[in-house]
Amino acid sequence: MTIARTVDDACAALAERPDALLLAGGTDLMVGVNRGQVRFDDVVVLDRVDELRGWRREGDELVLGAGLTYAEMVRGEIPTLVPALAQAARTVGSPQIRNAGTLGGNVATSSPAGDTLPVLTALDATIDLRSSQDTRQLPISRFVTGVKQNALEPGELIEAVRVPVLDGPQEFLKVGTRNAMVISVVSLALVVDRSGRNVRVGLGTVSPVPLRAVEAEAHVGGCIDWDTGSVPDTADVDRFAALVAGAARPIDDHRGTAAYRSHAVGVLARRALLRAFPGSAP
Amino acid sequence: MTDTRIEQRAPRIGESAPRPDGIPKVDGSFTFSSDLWHDRMLWGGTLRSPHPSARIRSIDIGPAVAVAGVYAVLTATDVPGNPDYGLEHVDQPVLATDVVRYEGEPVAIVAADHPEAVRLALDAIVVDYELTAPLVDPGKAESSDPIHPDGNLIRRIHLSHGDQDVVGEVVVEGTYEVGMQDQAFLGPESGLAVPAEDGGVDLFIATQWLHGDRDQVAACLGIEPDLVRLTLAGVGGAFGAREDLSLHVHLCLLALYTRRPVKMVYSREESFHGHVHRHPARMWYRHHADRAGNLVRVEARLLLDGGAYASSSSAVIANATCFAAGPYRIPSADIEGVVVRTNNPPCGAMRGFGAVQTCIGHEAQMDRLATALGTDPVELRMQNVLAPGDRLLTGQVITGTAPVAEVLGTCADHPSAATLPSDPMSLPGGAGRTTDPEHVRRGEAVALGFKNLLFSEGFDDYSSAICRLEDGIATVTCACAEVGQGFVTLAQQITREVLGVDDVVLAPASTATVGSAGSTSASRQTWMSGGAVQAACEEVRTTLLTRIAAEHGVDPDELVLADGRVMSLACGLEIDLAEATAEPVESEVEFHHAPTSALDENGQGDAHVSFAFSAHRAIVDVDRDLGLVKVVELTTSQDVGRVLNPLQAVGQLEGGAAQGVGLAVMEEVQVLDGRIRNASFTDYLVPTALDMPPVEIAALVEEPEPGAPFGAKGIGESPSITSTAAVVAAIRAATDLDLTHVPVRPTDIALAEA
Repeated sequence: MTIARTVDDACAALAERPDALLLAGGTDLMVGVNRGQVRFDDVVVLDRVDELRGWRREGDELVLGAGLTYAEMVRGEIPTLVPALAQAARTVGSPQIRNAGTLGGNVATSSPAGDTLPVLTALDATIDLRSSQDTRQLPISRFVTGVKQNALEPGELIEAVRVPVLDGPQEFLKVGTRNAMVISVVSLALVVDRSGRNVRVGLGTVSPVPLRAVEAEAHVGGCIDWDTGSVPDTADVDRFAALVAGAARPIDDHRGTAAYRSHAVGVLARRALLRAFPGSAP
Repeated sequence: MTDTRIEQRAPRIGESAPRPDGIPKVDGSFTFSSDLWHDRMLWGGTLRSPHPSARIRSIDIGPAVAVAGVYAVLTATDVPGNPDYGLEHVDQPVLATDVVRYEGEPVAIVAADHPEAVRLALDAIVVDYELTAPLVDPGKAESSDPIHPDGNLIRRIHLSHGDQDVVGEVVVEGTYEVGMQDQAFLGPESGLAVPAEDGGVDLFIATQWLHGDRDQVAACLGIEPDLVRLTLAGVGGAFGAREDLSLHVHLCLLALYTRRPVKMVYSREESFHGHVHRHPARMWYRHHADRAGNLVRVEARLLLDGGAYASSSSAVIANATCFAAGPYRIPSADIEGVVVRTNNPPCGAMRGFGAVQTCIGHEAQMDRLATALGTDPVELRMQNVLAPGDRLLTGQVITGTAPVAEVLGTCADHPSAATLPSDPMSLPGGAGRTTDPEHVRRGEAVALGFKNLLFSEGFDDYSSAICRLEDGIATVTCACAEVGQGFVTLAQQITREVLGVDDVVLAPASTATVGSAGSTSASRQTWMSGGAVQAACEEVRTTLLTRIAAEHGVDPDELVLADGRVMSLACGLEIDLAEATAEPVESEVEFHHAPTSALDENGQGDAHVSFAFSAHRAIVDVDRDLGLVKVVELTTSQDVGRVLNPLQAVGQLEGGAAQGVGLAVMEEVQVLDGRIRNASFTDYLVPTALDMPPVEIAALVEEPEPGAPFGAKGIGESPSITSTAAVVAAIRAATDLDLTHVPVRPTDIALAEA
């Protein structure tokens, strides 16, 4: 076990033992260990690496440290700068889990139900990767490659996640079978970029990787009255919801049926759009 | 500064007594059975079948024995005594022999010096399975080949009551389904077995019935019961799931084989496979009434899935059948109750014990009937409620208290404090921010139900207690398993009340020191063990006062015990109790309840001792589009006989209602092809603080029950019987949907045909 104090330490340890597991908050890893599904010989512990903690603003971009906890995403300025991320973080687990779990961990686990992933997808987030040899950046859409699979190379770790600060409302909605502390059955993030005059939608738990509802985005982008902040025609709201539902590629599992997920993501789409554009015809 | 401290008298009957284990459980210092430790101990583990149905061709333990640190690898051939055990039917193998009948059935056990060595050894055991098609549809159990030598029918009861040719002017019919609920106690199965020099074994274990376990364990070990000594370890909840054996025999086998103490703790996932669950039910009902709304006949067909082994299924189906129609006056009934064996997880005892499932059915029917009659559902119930002197469907006349009308009336009429939600977090969907106020529809409904107290059908049930009074201090010894129900405070309260002492010591619960207390189940311990303690204390009082009367030449009838003194009402005699009991007084009693009889071939007979009634009113908010529910308020009234510990009574009512809310909207062990799909607290959801509303207690109806200590009825089960039915009915009211599956799933609402 290596308890890293700097990113260089961690990268050096990883270079030596590329199969080592990375431990930050442990809220995914330890569940796997306790269930006997995850065994490991080497672990590199990241939670004392100060460089990975916190966040900073660089121009119109926020650089969010991989070690940023869900509790930290809910506090301070993040709810104002990236509201959907704060809303998503609030839905994760219990206060104890939110105190321990990290953004980098959520991205690295790459679960279809990862709560921040639809937000990062809607925001076109960039993942900063680092190894002892190299640094590189990947868009979130290329980072997550399948169910709990991603483009992280052996010896590489997530250093930060970059998201834009947009001018416009944001919404994150998540359906679970309980009112708190629940794994997502389906989730949706909607972000509005007034200056770019577009709406972007990320969907969670409806496909192996987080999805952008591109057709729905393209459709609604043309229907918004940007001066009044509304979608004047009800038919366009309906069409938007239908296109979002149509973009979903859900499965049946013990948390919900595919039919329910497709239906629910359409409902969430409509509600998110109407919250973002409150002047719209319902 | 003035000293304002007031000398507090320790709580008596009817006064709130805080639990001695309350604060330790909150601050983490309480010792649960999983915290047990012995310096020389080994760790135990269980190899379980990954298949719901298979033949075992062979088991090769060789590679496991070779793992470093392993002290024992045992299989069915190592069980020296009875190879099978069971609560009512001895039909469940200690370790599987030639077949496995459910996913998770124990096949082999291991003891090693480290949990990791246990894991490696379990992985190294080679079992050659020949898979067979599992029987998973309870509807096909009776027509399928037997999956067990005892056959696939566990019990059928055909209850026939009154005139069978009656037909009502108004008839409503319905089919309902209840899913499998887990007791979801927080402390998984765990214990420590220590081999003794006399060839016996001491087992420290979290359980519900020490002596019942002891007799089953001894039979399987093939040794005398008094060589198996069970002591209650810290119990992390039970709710019925600890009434059957789990790791008991396994621990003792390993300890006796290795001559070392052995500890075992189930993981959460293993716990889901390691104990029985609430029976899933399929229920068909037809209710007949006259135009005036009087019930005239009820027909029902109840099918419970018992899973692979019998457990307490026979008693559960008896309850389901006897209480199938609810606490209503019904002159004619035809009820068939059937419980069958399948390759699904075994089912058995859980809080409410058969009456939970049928309450969901009969209360849905009462609402349908109200709709058909165009009458108010509470009025319809009130018109038909049972009262003392009425006959049950079993023909039994209610001779005790039955304040059903008062229970229903106080609950239904209680003013509601529910307001419209203002905080987005308190809307359906909660933290997920799914729902805006305009998406919410509110529904309200009332449910009424009842259940028997204590064991039934002729079982000679008893509890034993010893009371010893010495130097003014009372020591009570009773093997009653404290699983959270509150016997620890009650035994002291009763003793103080009878003997007028403050200092009462409750000795550890063990099979080594006292006779059986019976099971902590069936809402029976307050009555049975409370009754035993009361009787033992009364004997001590009589003996002591007789002795003192003789010593002082006074009439014993003029002596009283109060405030730590023996006093005469007639003369000035007053003796300090410590002085009076320098020579100790001790008494041991066995307390039996009134006898009951078996059910005859028509399901008729005086099979039950007593009954408890409850009502819940639920107010729910429903997001119809997403199928999400927020239970806004629960109001309850309950027939309690007499409240002995008000604080604890509230706790029972709140906790039971929480389990009821869970069953109504989220708690279901999902079984597909005989396999559990959600064996974790990640996916088996229980209510959080955001799902559980405040419980308003409209009335604790106190009509003392004859024969019960201080008139107190057991109160543990009723809260979980009517709460589910009320919540589900309120969701129906909010959505105008039939919603026949419980728990109600989001998809049942959102994708329902309008």
